[in-house]
Amino acid sequence: MKITTAWLKDHLDTKLNENQIIDKLTDIGLEVEGVDSQSGELDEFLIAKILKAEKHPDADRLRVCDVDIGSGEPVKVVCGAPNAKEGLLTIYAPPGAVVPKSQMKLVVSKIRGVTSYGMLCSESELNLSNESDGITELLPEKYNKKVGENYFPKKNLNVIDISITPNRADCLGVRGIARDLAAAGVGILINQKEKKLDKKNKQTISVKIKNEKNQACISFGSCLIKGVKNTESPEWLKDKIISLGQKPISAIVDITNYVMFDLNRPLHAYDVDKIDKGIVVRNSKKGETFEALDNKEYELEDEMCVISDASGVLGLGGIIGGTKTGTELDTKNVLIESAYFSPRSIRKSSKILNIDTDAKFRFERGIDPLSIDQGLERAANLIQEICGGEVSEFDIQKIEDVKKKSLKFDPSLFEKITGFNINTKEMITILDNLGFEIKENKGLLDLVIPSWRPDISQEVDVVEELVRIKGYDQIKIIEPEKVRKKQTLNLEQKLFHFLQRSIASKGYFEAITWSFTDSKINQLFIENNKEIKIINPISSDLNVLRSSIFSNLIIHLNKNLGRGFKDLSLFEIGPIFLGSEPGEQQTVVCGLRSGKLARQSWLEKERLIDLFDVKSDVIKSLAEAGYNKDKLYIDDETPNYYHPGKSGRIFLNKAKEKVVAYFGDIHPSILKKLDIKTEALVGFEIFLDNLKHPKKSLKDQKTQYKYSDFQKSERDFAFVLDKSFKVQELIETISNVDKELIKSVKVFDVYEGTNIPEDKKSVALNVTIQSLEKTLTEDDLKKINQLIISAVESKTGAKIRS
Amino acid sequence: MSDIKKIKDDFLLKLKENLDLNQVNQIKTELFGKTGLISSQFKQLGKLAEDERKKFASDLNLVKNELENLITTKINDIETKEINKKLEKEKIDITLPERPFVQGKIHPVSQVIDEISSIFSEIGFSVEEGPDVENEYNNFTALNTPDNHPARDMHDTFYLDDAKELLLRTHTSPVQIRTMLNDKPPFKIIAPGRTYRSDSDQTHTPMFHQVEGLHIDKNINMGHLKGCLNYFIKEFFEVDKIKMRFRPSHFPFTEPSAEVDIGYEIKDGKIVIGEGDKWLEVLGCGMVHPNVLKNVKVNPDEFQGYAFGIGIDRLAMLKYGINDLRAFFDCDYRWLNHFGFDPIDVPTNYRGLSR
Repeated sequence: MKITTAWLKDHLDTKLNENQIIDKLTDIGLEVEGVDSQSGELDEFLIAKILKAEKHPDADRLRVCDVDIGSGEPVKVVCGAPNAKEGLLTIYAPPGAVVPKSQMKLVVSKIRGVTSYGMLCSESELNLSNESDGITELLPEKYNKKVGENYFPKKNLNVIDISITPNRADCLGVRGIARDLAAAGVGILINQKEKKLDKKNKQTISVKIKNEKNQACISFGSCLIKGVKNTESPEWLKDKIISLGQKPISAIVDITNYVMFDLNRPLHAYDVDKIDKGIVVRNSKKGETFEALDNKEYELEDEMCVISDASGVLGLGGIIGGTKTGTELDTKNVLIESAYFSPRSIRKSSKILNIDTDAKFRFERGIDPLSIDQGLERAANLIQEICGGEVSEFDIQKIEDVKKKSLKFDPSLFEKITGFNINTKEMITILDNLGFEIKENKGLLDLVIPSWRPDISQEVDVVEELVRIKGYDQIKIIEPEKVRKKQTLNLEQKLFHFLQRSIASKGYFEAITWSFTDSKINQLFIENNKEIKIINPISSDLNVLRSSIFSNLIIHLNKNLGRGFKDLSLFEIGPIFLGSEPGEQQTVVCGLRSGKLARQSWLEKERLIDLFDVKSDVIKSLAEAGYNKDKLYIDDETPNYYHPGKSGRIFLNKAKEKVVAYFGDIHPSILKKLDIKTEALVGFEIFLDNLKHPKKSLKDQKTQYKYSDFQKSERDFAFVLDKSFKVQELIETISNVDKELIKSVKVFDVYEGTNIPEDKKSVALNVTIQSLEKTLTEDDLKKINQLIISAVESKTGAKIRS
Repeated sequence: MSDIKKIKDDFLLKLKENLDLNQVNQIKTELFGKTGLISSQFKQLGKLAEDERKKFASDLNLVKNELENLITTKINDIETKEINKKLEKEKIDITLPERPFVQGKIHPVSQVIDEISSIFSEIGFSVEEGPDVENEYNNFTALNTPDNHPARDMHDTFYLDDAKELLLRTHTSPVQIRTMLNDKPPFKIIAPGRTYRSDSDQTHTPMFHQVEGLHIDKNINMGHLKGCLNYFIKEFFEVDKIKMRFRPSHFPFTEPSAEVDIGYEIKDGKIVIGEGDKWLEVLGCGMVHPNVLKNVKVNPDEFQGYAFGIGIDRLAMLKYGINDLRAFFDCDYRWLNHFGFDPIDVPTNYRGLSR
């Protein structure tokens, strides 16, 4: 909502200056978003007089003018306007000025060899009117003595842009804002008295509101004005319309707009001679069409509130009028409409048709249903004043009576909500200024809510009014108590934060990517899951919720490869989506690593990053989070976006209840499809929701501390076994031989090739044996050796290598 | 006697020469070996008369000690010299680069979420979360924003079905609803998380982060709200004083509602929070609307309290001088490295939020 201080002063008697008013507006909840100080730009436009106008020596249509701008020395301006002649009073813009219409900055320039200092302006160039045929002609009697002065009166031109919250329909008119300011002590709300209209005739155009189901029009007031002479608006009215950034059209249209902005009372004017018989307000039928004032043809659905006549739809009530009955400069007889439409219906229809107008914006927030007469009164007065004509009596049709709402208010609620107190007398003053009718009744206040405040329906709304006007700065700060009754994070949240930092500590950079992604890329990582489409995506490449974090992460990894990076480690922790119902999502940590380790190091041999790097990252993080790494169970069934031979999955135990993580090479076909050029690409996913809480928590007592000072022995074994046999099982078999004595089993070599049959591999292991009770003798060790060999050979079919 | 003196003089002379380790050991054997000169002298001790023996022994011991010490010193010197010579050869250029190591980074949004949680933890808030996909009821209707309410226009919503029943939450406020429906008052929670609006330009991204706050108890009023946010902003920006302004505003789910501005100024091209005469909007808040409490079966005559919503990304930008919101989600390795935090740098109450 845009206002000027000058307009505000039509309604508010105040001594405060503009800056004080601006501060106060924000203080009472009418946030000033900006002050558009056109004055700075328009300051430079001066009233000037052409002293001499000669034909340009080199161009027939141009004139070289000597212009008096009040500085003593005349300036030379080259001008193309046919009306530029000696003695004309006009408006001059010096070099440096910005032309309002084109936003062009003027410079000193040579026009066909003659230097021109500035410009003489047309009304159109100054946004004063559409008149562009020549330069502005100012009336000598008014401007003769003002040569050299600013044309634009300085103080009126600050346009204050206020952000009106959706609840404050009443402040979409200047008077509403003035009322709020008056209540806040800025000044006194001026009581506007209308001139009494001389209503000579009856309103002869029939108006009917069809009483049907879901009729959105509750009342429809109208006034017929016969014999008008529609014209351009007078300066004061044009100024007001322009100051809001609108274009003056004609007196009748400008007046209806003016009343809307002034009183928040939208009106509509019909050319009566174009109405076919009478007006019927009714619900539309699907398929009806009409051409609206925005010159678009609209096809209507069922149950939209339309204003119609015998031959069809004239306009959408409260939203937009139609071209058929629009007023023109030659309109002789007008019908002014002042009606009330229900906000829901306005909103619904305008949404479907995608129409946004000033009237719609106001009706959907709620117009004062009791302002119908006031609107007609004001508009009729102005039309008669500017365009003449005979005013009819008002015709008010309605399908129900509107009554003001009332409310009992307990003044003690104020302190209960705000924490500070004001006395009842002050409350009454504030509410009175806001337009409430108040009666004190046994300590309570009986309030009648002003009809222009549809937002007020409960006691707490009244509290807001009071504290808003009194000032939020009055609320006292109560320091928070430093008491914690509940743990800040639950176990899942702790795990989330722990794994996040645990993975990052392994050299990964944390990324945050959208929860949505490109369906084409998501398909590569979706497996058998459902695709969840967004009905109204922001762009076609962000059209589904992600089924895996890989989709976005791999896109961004590729972008970074494009930036010249080779060795990347990226991860994200966040949701993936399995369904479109709330809660059908999982929290996943997902990482990608590319390139090499120790690239171009003088110390170490560089090598490609591989799946055992990410396997280590995953298992180390799980271990750090409290899961026993020796109890993890790993197999090689993985989703199809992993390399089928170089990937694995991790369970917390052999029962394989829930997959805790996947790791491995990304499938080469995905790299090909996405055109990813890197030496190696491995990734992992950890599913937080599948991680049961570790049995042991840090706060639990630790197991009994046992250690052995007896000598430990190490023995090496090499077994030849089937290539497909999993080393995990071999280690388990050995460990199970004697859980007390066998402290660790390490794989130090895996060999395939010469001396080993083609379908076999040799695995060399180092076993540490130590007793808690004694130093083991050679005999003891021999026994264990034998046990290990026989257990492995019998359970795995392996053969010890001699 | 003269033998002893001779031995001493001879060997003192010998040991003065420039000898290597072998030569010194040779001399050592000559003197103290089984048949060494000094050892032989001791063997004669028994042959001497009682009165001579004492003096002889004493003289011999003196010589023995002197020579022994000299030899030991000599050996030490040579060994030291040799070690030094060897070490000298081993000297390498230690300015060569260290073995490569990796340093990971935590995203500034994650860091700021941890900072926020840490601050609110101190004053008794616990963390709640909710799903990213919400139903229309929790996101709007329960929050006193019925269908066809113009306030819905403030949220450009992503929908997942044609009936517009399922959507991506446009704010973290539905967590309020879930929390209150699942439990009984009092409530004192914050809810950080991802939020979504169909909006994309220089200052808006289709996904962003918010933290919701909710404190419902008996007699919680606007003074508590002011105190809580004043505390939070001061702690978050790690300043002693903060200029704050509560301004009336409107949200359907709070009444009265407020927006909060903080004072700032630009010094040397950098934003300084807490001082100055410019205002910056940082959050919205208010007293939870009685209609919302009724919707979640909390008696508004008995319980009341406040709620607030803060943009996390914006806080991160302000605190850490990040200009471009879009860059948060671009995953540029250079940006992540520059604005990211070391994973060990966990914000805590006792150590302070930042280093």
